[in-house]
Amino acid sequence: MAAGSGGLKDATAVVGIGQTPFAKRLPEDERTLACRAVLAALDDAGIAPGEVDALASYTMEETDEVELAKACGFGDITFFSKVGFGGGGSCATVAHLAAAIVAGQAGVGVAWRSRKRGSGPRPWTDTTVQLPTPAQWTRPYGLLRPADEIAMLTRRYLHEYGATRDHLFNVALACRNRANQNPAAIMYERPLTREMYMTSRWISEPLCLFDNCLETDGALACVVVSAERARDCRRRPVYVHSAAQSLPAQHHGMVNYWNDDPLTGPAWSAARHLWKHSDLTPEDVDVAQIYDAFTPLVLLSLEGYGFCGRGEGGAFTEGGALETGGLLPLNTGGGGLSEAYVHGFNLINEGVRQLRGTSTAQVPDASACLVTAGEGVPTSALLLRS
Amino acid sequence: MLRPVPDADGAPFWEYAAQGELRVQACGDCGELRFPPRPCCPHCQSFASEWRPVSGRGRVWSYVVAHPPLLPDYAAHAPYNVVVVELDEAPRIRLVGNLVAGAGQPLGAFPPENLRIGARVRAVFHDGLPQWVPERS
Repeated sequence: MAAGSGGLKDATAVVGIGQTPFAKRLPEDERTLACRAVLAALDDAGIAPGEVDALASYTMEETDEVELAKACGFGDITFFSKVGFGGGGSCATVAHLAAAIVAGQAGVGVAWRSRKRGSGPRPWTDTTVQLPTPAQWTRPYGLLRPADEIAMLTRRYLHEYGATRDHLFNVALACRNRANQNPAAIMYERPLTREMYMTSRWISEPLCLFDNCLETDGALACVVVSAERARDCRRRPVYVHSAAQSLPAQHHGMVNYWNDDPLTGPAWSAARHLWKHSDLTPEDVDVAQIYDAFTPLVLLSLEGYGFCGRGEGGAFTEGGALETGGLLPLNTGGGGLSEAYVHGFNLINEGVRQLRGTSTAQVPDASACLVTAGEGVPTSALLLRS
Repeated sequence: MLRPVPDADGAPFWEYAAQGELRVQACGDCGELRFPPRPCCPHCQSFASEWRPVSGRGRVWSYVVAHPPLLPDYAAHAPYNVVVVELDEAPRIRLVGNLVAGAGQPLGAFPPENLRIGARVRAVFHDGLPQWVPERS
């Protein structure tokens, strides 16, 4: 085990992934779905539930650690962690487990997310829980939903850089095309055309229906162990090569308009840390799973993680760059836009599948995959390698 | 419609707005303006603060036009605009609001095709809320 000065680099690996079906409406509750995903991930790894001693999820996860550990028959838990800021937390759950294992606090970690967003209420409709900060400055004016907050940033982005809705469409299309190949995706066999995109209804101009992620019920989980332990597991290990969290200086969450430079969000500072602790560069990344609650977040992330220069995210998407065989195949399971929106956890599992060689849209010989969490909020990212 | 739910730091902003005044929190020591209001100065860490009057003139930094699904009170006005305005005195202080033809006009009444980034606007007040109207030059 690489402890101490060795840091996290390749010291741990994801050895198991699991998930439930994804649907607009599933009959089981979030706790049951969580148990199913976690037990599936442990079975995939060939590790007995009694060996689990570390847990990590999101602060918005409603399946309590105590209940999960009891229901699934885990051993004594010696590390547990919850990451804040919604979709910004996805990759950090794996990073926290990796850190705990490297530090000797635990040996077998499970990260998970279970969510009934398809059939449950939209969080933004809860007017009784109006947080005074920062909602007092936005909600009275009708800036109510995450889509409105990101649309505001998008309008400025399009204005400042000359990007167009065609660029946003390129993102939506790449995700949909990959979902069309993935039987687990909600948008399996449901193609998207440019005409459908351009004539769809507005949600918050300049964002239309297809710029928004799905509303999904479902759960996912993965299992993290030391690189040494990983060699004895059932599947080929997928190493956690580098990991980052980021809450940039003077950041304001979804309403980053109050920052000096709102168009350089958390992706930029997460990327600095991620690449600094990596042997790889953006040119070495074979496939990317980029958080796509809204299409413009992908453009911002392409810039932030260094795949192109500032303001060039739109142009980067041209010529099929995000499609299979393109410069940077994107969200190969369909992403949040077309596979399932489970706060980005499906991007982690898809990254693992790519490096195992088992994706439904497999990039030949993929050996490095970037996975990111929500841009626009304090975020996290993983660089996985085979 | 949703009313602001002020926190302790934000309350003075709304008290001044109720009197028809636009004020921004400034550090009581180094003088740096800051928004949203907060307990201490990120530049010099001083806990002293004051509320400085600003002209209420600025430019549209960005805008959206919101369509349903929305909360019922807002859906009744949709599609309506929400703007972010950069203040003349402090371009990095950007206030969220609505662009209206005149104080108290309904949210959806301003024609979306007349919105543009960079448009000059000024603050008016209605029902304790700052709103923005086009600056006639």
